[in-house]
Amino acid sequence: MNYTIILENASIYLEGIGNTLQLVSLSVFFGFFIAVVLAVILTSTKNPVFTLPIRAFVYFFRGTPLLIQMFLVYYGMGQFEWIKSTFLWDYFKEAHFCALFVFALNTGAYTTEIFRGSIVNTPRGEIEAAKAAGMSHLLMLRRIILPSSFRRALPAYGNEIIFMLHGTALASVITIVDLTGAARIVNSRFYSPYEAFVTAGLLYMVITFSMVWGLKKMEQRWLGHLQRGSSKG
Amino acid sequence: MISLQGYGPSIWEGTLLTINVSLVSLLVAVVLGTFGALAKLSGIRLLKMSAQVYTTVIRGVPDLVLMLLVFFGGQTLVNQFALLIGYEEYIDINPYIAGVSTIGFIFGAYMTETFRGAILAVPYGQLEAAQAYGMNRRQVFFRILLPQMVRHAIPGFGNNWLVLTKATALVSIIGLDDMVRKASLAAGATRMPFTFYAAVAGIYLMITTISIYLLRWLENRYSFGVHRD
Repeated sequence: MNYTIILENASIYLEGIGNTLQLVSLSVFFGFFIAVVLAVILTSTKNPVFTLPIRAFVYFFRGTPLLIQMFLVYYGMGQFEWIKSTFLWDYFKEAHFCALFVFALNTGAYTTEIFRGSIVNTPRGEIEAAKAAGMSHLLMLRRIILPSSFRRALPAYGNEIIFMLHGTALASVITIVDLTGAARIVNSRFYSPYEAFVTAGLLYMVITFSMVWGLKKMEQRWLGHLQRGSSKG
Repeated sequence: MISLQGYGPSIWEGTLLTINVSLVSLLVAVVLGTFGALAKLSGIRLLKMSAQVYTTVIRGVPDLVLMLLVFFGGQTLVNQFALLIGYEEYIDINPYIAGVSTIGFIFGAYMTETFRGAILAVPYGQLEAAQAYGMNRRQVFFRILLPQMVRHAIPGFGNNWLVLTKATALVSIIGLDDMVRKASLAAGATRMPFTFYAAVAGIYLMITTISIYLLRWLENRYSFGVHRD
């Protein structure tokens, strides 16, 4: 192992970490909103005009590899002249935008399924109590159903965030210098695969386990009342 | 139907390779997962710790990084070793082996967790009862533990399989001619990337859908006689 290579290229790795964190946080942020809207629609109507497209969206994004989804957007959009002639092309020719676009939709699809499950499993008593208190459907959704199901969705949602963090490594395939991209640059410049990829792997582990730690704290705070021995608070 | 411009057979070859890589890595993963789960439950400290390190590292690092490490790092390692034993020609590491071993290694960690949970789900009293009947350890394993553990393992196993087939798309990055790479080549030649990637996406959806039905059938079969409320 030759650590000087890493130290001399620390700036590339720092840039990579920055891009990775940015990609994860933005895609999780947008994916969250996509998922909330779609999960609420899925659980409040049976009209196939609404549910069928959402189901197709979720089915497609969960059933195909993220890499293919990324290629479809980044390389595929250029096949259509009508896209190239509109303002859309300004966005879709940028690798960064494409990656973010795909990651947000992908995590949105997985999260929709997670939220849908937890909304469906809201304890009946909570809903009955809300109705008895005279809440309208929207008020009940806002005050009771969503907060309650977000809490219960937290463990699964946390896993999804970690998956997304690992998924962003694919951004390096379409020229983005994320943490994996940084390692690939260092490897190809110095032909030092161990140093390059082991460093990236360790940094990913640090990010992953900090996130896991943060998520555990969130679970303790918002899910504490559902865990054993929670009287200590 | 979309026209594949004569690249249909090439994509089909890639599809076969994708399925091949998936199945062989699954085999590696199941073997590693079995050993991992047994190690975690063994009560021998060194084994437990190594299994723990294994699953922790895999959960912390993206599959692509591991694959690049095995592919490029393995290359250097093999050649340095070859030099040591006096072999001077340059050895190219086979992307198939790099791909299958990395994917198998990664999903071995997930299988470890699945199998561990499945073993723990079999009531301990049943194992004790089997021992009390005078069965030896092998008989207890094959007659009591394995048949019941399979039932508990199927849902997790199925999930891992679905994620694994999708993960095989990564082998295209290290130059293996799976269907993603075949599609990339065709896309480059015809300038119709959307068409070819969409076709490959469709094939993945088919594989996923068929797998889901098979797994559901398997799950029903192994839950035969289990009461549900």
